[in-house]
Amino acid sequence: MKQVILAAHFPGVNNHTVWSDPASGSQIEFSSFVHLAKTAERGRFDFFFLADGQRLREQRGRIHDLDVVGRPDSLTVLAGLAAVTDHLGLAGTINATFNEPYDLARKLATLDHLSGGRAGWNVVTSSDAFTGENFRRGGYLDHSQRYERAEEFVRTVRELWDSWKADDLDVDPVAGTFAAENAGAFAHQGAFFDIAGRFNVPRAPQGHPLTIQAGDSDGGREFAAANADAIFSRHGTLQDGRAFYRDVKARVAAHGRSPDSLKILPGATFALGDTDAEAQENADHIRRQQVSPQTAILLLEQVWNRDLSSYDPEGPLPEIDPLVSDDSIIKGRTRQTSDPLRTAAQWRALAEEKRLGIRDLIIEVTGRQSFIGSPARVAEEINEFVQSDASDGFILVPHLTPTGLDEFVDKVVPLLQERGVLRAEYETTTLRGHLGLGESV
Amino acid sequence: MSAAHLHLAVALDGAGWHPAAWRDPAASPKDLFTAAYWAGLVAEAEQGLLDFVTFEDTVALQTTRLDGPDGRTDQVRGRLDAVLLASRIAPLSRRIGLVPTVTTTHTEPFHVASSLATLDYVSGGRAGWRVQLSGRRSEAAHFGRRDIPELGPAQAVALEDFPVYRELFDEAGDVVEVVRRLWDSWEDDAVIRDVATGRFVDRDKLHYVDFEGAHFSVKGPSIVPRPPQGQPLVTALAHSRLPYEFAARGVDVEYITPHDRDQARAIVAEIREIGGVQPKVFADLVVFLDETAQAAQDRRSRLDELDGAAYASDALIFAGTPEQLADLLLDWREAGLEGYRLRPAALPADLTAITRGLVPELRSRGAFRGEYEADTLRGHLGLPRPTSRYAGSSR
Repeated sequence: MKQVILAAHFPGVNNHTVWSDPASGSQIEFSSFVHLAKTAERGRFDFFFLADGQRLREQRGRIHDLDVVGRPDSLTVLAGLAAVTDHLGLAGTINATFNEPYDLARKLATLDHLSGGRAGWNVVTSSDAFTGENFRRGGYLDHSQRYERAEEFVRTVRELWDSWKADDLDVDPVAGTFAAENAGAFAHQGAFFDIAGRFNVPRAPQGHPLTIQAGDSDGGREFAAANADAIFSRHGTLQDGRAFYRDVKARVAAHGRSPDSLKILPGATFALGDTDAEAQENADHIRRQQVSPQTAILLLEQVWNRDLSSYDPEGPLPEIDPLVSDDSIIKGRTRQTSDPLRTAAQWRALAEEKRLGIRDLIIEVTGRQSFIGSPARVAEEINEFVQSDASDGFILVPHLTPTGLDEFVDKVVPLLQERGVLRAEYETTTLRGHLGLGESV
Repeated sequence: MSAAHLHLAVALDGAGWHPAAWRDPAASPKDLFTAAYWAGLVAEAEQGLLDFVTFEDTVALQTTRLDGPDGRTDQVRGRLDAVLLASRIAPLSRRIGLVPTVTTTHTEPFHVASSLATLDYVSGGRAGWRVQLSGRRSEAAHFGRRDIPELGPAQAVALEDFPVYRELFDEAGDVVEVVRRLWDSWEDDAVIRDVATGRFVDRDKLHYVDFEGAHFSVKGPSIVPRPPQGQPLVTALAHSRLPYEFAARGVDVEYITPHDRDQARAIVAEIREIGGVQPKVFADLVVFLDETAQAAQDRRSRLDELDGAAYASDALIFAGTPEQLADLLLDWREAGLEGYRLRPAALPADLTAITRGLVPELRSRGAFRGEYEADTLRGHLGLPRPTSRYAGSSR
């Protein structure tokens, strides 16, 4: 039986994260990160995961104020978490567009040293000039070059990690030798990076910290198949999951890699209850918290691409059609639909059929929890996903900071352990080890 | 904090500042890349109630050459990223300030602001920054984004005469300015969690920093809410007029390297005459401390012999007893110094001599604290928590 890989995603800056609940804690105090990380480690999770965003989101030209705002620097908070956890992998999302290989390779190798081999990075890229306004180099990159640059970025970072061989650090005070003469020597010449010199962090415990890729496009899948150890995919149905899994694993094989060397981990949400009925009630309650009247209008605007602030959230959908334009009213976040007119038609039909106002419609069509049910049902569904090759595990996204994973760990984890698909104790010390991965690609 | 109290910081680097320190029998050279090694050193410094520790860093391999690697195999080579190292230690310590070195030359100012603000959160208000610039051609080649001429002996003597250094210091001043603006870009009460209106944040209390300079521009606001200290401590090492002028643009603590009291007095006078923000001035000293002056000098000679050269430093190298060092620190204080950053020649020996020898000696003379009186690094230095420069303004 396959083991279920589990990661804990710190709740993000979108409406999935419920801040209005009395149990909701700080999005930035270190204690919140400690609580979630320790909970994940108690549940024998594989790793902790942080998302990223380098500019506060805006909608209609103003900073978006309805969702959680504010986050830490990923690697800095992960380094702190290395002090309060012993086994849990620590993975952060890093935008390759706004970093340089030498600096980032150092930081990841440092995190790997300081955590005893538990570092991972989720490589994302950006070409948006909006985020670029916070950086020296701006949004300079043509969209089509994103993956080309990302690929060379990853390759360069790995060259830097490999520039210290395992025996280059050979400390012998009596003989008076500390490091090899050519330790860290590197030279890389490519279309995007032309650098040479000496890398200054000795080889990391994992050699190559874990590389994760997120993104669903053809280019993203190819990039992952060639370069990544894990892919953070979208959750779909069992059927969609299997199709994605087959497609990506075939691409991995085509790159001459073992299909097992790339783990497929969809993001997933959940709502629990003692019974399935109670879980459904909880799920409905959470959805209403996630979609406040104001948020309902805002999410509708993301499809309509228009100012809809004068509409009643409890009233009917707008009769006016979405504005189809390349210029989006939302900045700092991916648009939610590629065909707004078609989406609008579908939503109108659904609203009419079920007699839904704007808010109820939005609750219905966005962000339904991936798993809803009693602990037994959720454990069974998660396991079925994995055993039937719709995924290798999940990156779980709780809706509450910092206690949103507590119930899952208390009630679902023991059931997965009983089935023998989740470790009762950690048997490996590194993140690559937890995932059953050998040497990196 | 009594006005009569000195401030003491310790500069941590590798096995100590002497290049052969790692070969001392008491050293732990195999542990230099482990968290436990650094946690032990910081715990010792905290035991001694020191104000803060700094962590050295560079974006190049250590070298004995002015510019470029030297291929030597008999000295410590390799360093961990200083911000991550400080953050790794933060949860294991409670009171002591943590001041990593970060360069302004090859980094993104936006990331520098975020990472130090995050360190301030992880440490509960104990973060600082030792600002450094990277003026070597060999460092620039690691990034491939700008040309810097090779540094030769002439430039090392008089940085002022070389235009590239003016530019790098000017840029460093801009980076400090934009980082400080980003730290202020969220007002303290920006997060409102107002369920009635559905608003998490009051966006009128989030501010664009709109920095546009000769070297870069940054829009803002920060992605990180205002750090616990408001403004983490900004520090810099300065050896001549150009860095003194840089420091006057926005540094809280300035380390200088006088070799006697008169020099210290002259430098402090020059800094005061430049004006600007009036940083607290600390002197840097390399220290060998033993129970007798002879033992300290012998140890220095032994390490020099192992390295094959007499250790030279920008700072005065002191070899003597804790009592003698206390005499010197109190004597130089008359020149206008408020504290010292001591560079232990060998770790842990010279650190424990500071915490267990020098500190009690200074305390017995009424010149050092008997317990921590504040929870934050700014607090240790008697600096208030500043209100955001944007408070009350609408964006």
